[in-house]
Amino acid sequence: MNVNTEIWQGFVVCISAVFTNNILLNYFLGMCPFLGCSREVKTSVGLGFAVIFVLTSTCILNWLIYHYVLVPLSLEFFRFIIFIIIIAAFVQFVEMLLDRTSPLLYQKLGIFLPLITVNCAILGASLFMVIRNHSLIVTIGYGLGSGIGWFLAIIAMAGIRQKLANEHIPKGLQGPGIALIIAGLMALAFTGFAGVLQGN
Amino acid sequence: MILPIIIAIVIISSIAACLAGLLNIAEYFFANYGPCEITINDDRKFTVEGGEKLLSVLINEKIFIPSACGGRGTCGLCKLKILEGGGTLLPTEEPYLEEYERQNNVRISCQVKIREDIKIEIPEELLNIKEYSCKCIEIADLTYDMKLFKFQLLEPDTIDFIAGQYIQLLTPIYEKSGEEVYRAYSVASDATQKNVIELIIRLMPGGICTTYCFEYLKVGDEIKLNGPYGDFRLSETNAPIVFIAGGSGMAPINCLLHQMKNENINRNAVYYFGANTVNDLFYLDEMKQFESQLADFKFVPVVAAADKDDSWDSESGLVTQAVERNLKNADQCEAYLCGSPGMIDASIEVLKKLGMNEKNIFFDKFE
Repeated sequence: MNVNTEIWQGFVVCISAVFTNNILLNYFLGMCPFLGCSREVKTSVGLGFAVIFVLTSTCILNWLIYHYVLVPLSLEFFRFIIFIIIIAAFVQFVEMLLDRTSPLLYQKLGIFLPLITVNCAILGASLFMVIRNHSLIVTIGYGLGSGIGWFLAIIAMAGIRQKLANEHIPKGLQGPGIALIIAGLMALAFTGFAGVLQGN
Repeated sequence: MILPIIIAIVIISSIAACLAGLLNIAEYFFANYGPCEITINDDRKFTVEGGEKLLSVLINEKIFIPSACGGRGTCGLCKLKILEGGGTLLPTEEPYLEEYERQNNVRISCQVKIREDIKIEIPEELLNIKEYSCKCIEIADLTYDMKLFKFQLLEPDTIDFIAGQYIQLLTPIYEKSGEEVYRAYSVASDATQKNVIELIIRLMPGGICTTYCFEYLKVGDEIKLNGPYGDFRLSETNAPIVFIAGGSGMAPINCLLHQMKNENINRNAVYYFGANTVNDLFYLDEMKQFESQLADFKFVPVVAAADKDDSWDSESGLVTQAVERNLKNADQCEAYLCGSPGMIDASIEVLKKLGMNEKNIFFDKFE
């Protein structure tokens, strides 16, 4: 496969990860911050950007470690532990870097960065890229797409919840109840995108 | 069979070690700010390792900035003026700063990280604040829920404070509280008595500090306090004085009365002290003594539920009602109020109605 087709494939995977195979709404990964931090659009934007950045970078890092260290030593079964360690270390590193170079951004993202370490969408994306045998370029597209997909989903959720804050919701459904119903409806809506790529 | 396991363990450990090493190197480059010089009021200078928060550096230097939350950025009390080198205003500070404070470079010192040389301005009176270790030498019952605590200062062994100021008592970690907390109490003792501090404390059910003082603190125990804080003090005019207090609000007024005695201040003074029942009254002998020692002083205890007790023949009702009945020359007087916010707000209302200028009302709210 030449580079051009790979880039095209990466692009397609990226788009499909945003819409048809949305990591949050199709696989329901990364639900805790999705429900916990989606009360305001402002905070969810911060968290969303942090997820895009960390997800893309760790996918690339994990791909390199997996293919150049674990596969040659036939230690693939250790990928869970290794991926988690790498994600945790990377988040630490980014925190330090941001604190030094941009205190303002650090303060804005600061609270969310440690949260991302335990966001299962990040680990999920790294594991999917292994299961699906993606090449490096496709992995970049997949990581970026998954991040953007998660970002879109949480922003949409936050927007809806902000609107709902002033509405009358039955007592038993307030809080997590209505949030899960919204998530379900959004997931249904996103499956509508499935036809777009298949049609091609 | 053993070999692959060993290889696996070695590989995992070395990857983890590599990452830890990389993080350490990164920390060395990114989190190392080198020595930074802190200049206070263009006068005092000292150098610290960068990277720490300004408030904790100042506490290490024994400069105590009032802070109720202990540096978590939730109380907004540790405001300081930063003249140079504080970086940009952070989103965590914004909720606590008014527009004019932002323009004057006021910052929340527990949020400001020291990354470069920094110039700050601290009001003189805060520089006077020190930490004292002291020993509890007496605990006396005043009423069923109030006690007098006497502390002898050990290190430093004397304190300079102005009558009416307060100190913060550090409650250590004990059975019912997992963290150290500071609580503010007005000093009740004579300000000329420099090596002993007396506090009047009322038991607040469930309160961290008061529970410690009432149930755990014993005579002979050592405890830490810092201060003095506050600008509640006697003015230098000659206007007649109205003192109004309730409960442990007795403490600062008692301190002011000592000052009047020591400095031969002959101003006319009336002290209305409010209590719920006769059992809530205390310091009656001390007040009698002040009445004989001071030139023109009268103590008026006011008991709210006096009708149940026939032997009570002095003022009854709320303390504000007693003031309303008796105070005739409010427009010439100054008022000093101490006690619960409810009592103080009600008193201010009454005093203003009686014609007192708001500028002549000084108060210390126990919140």
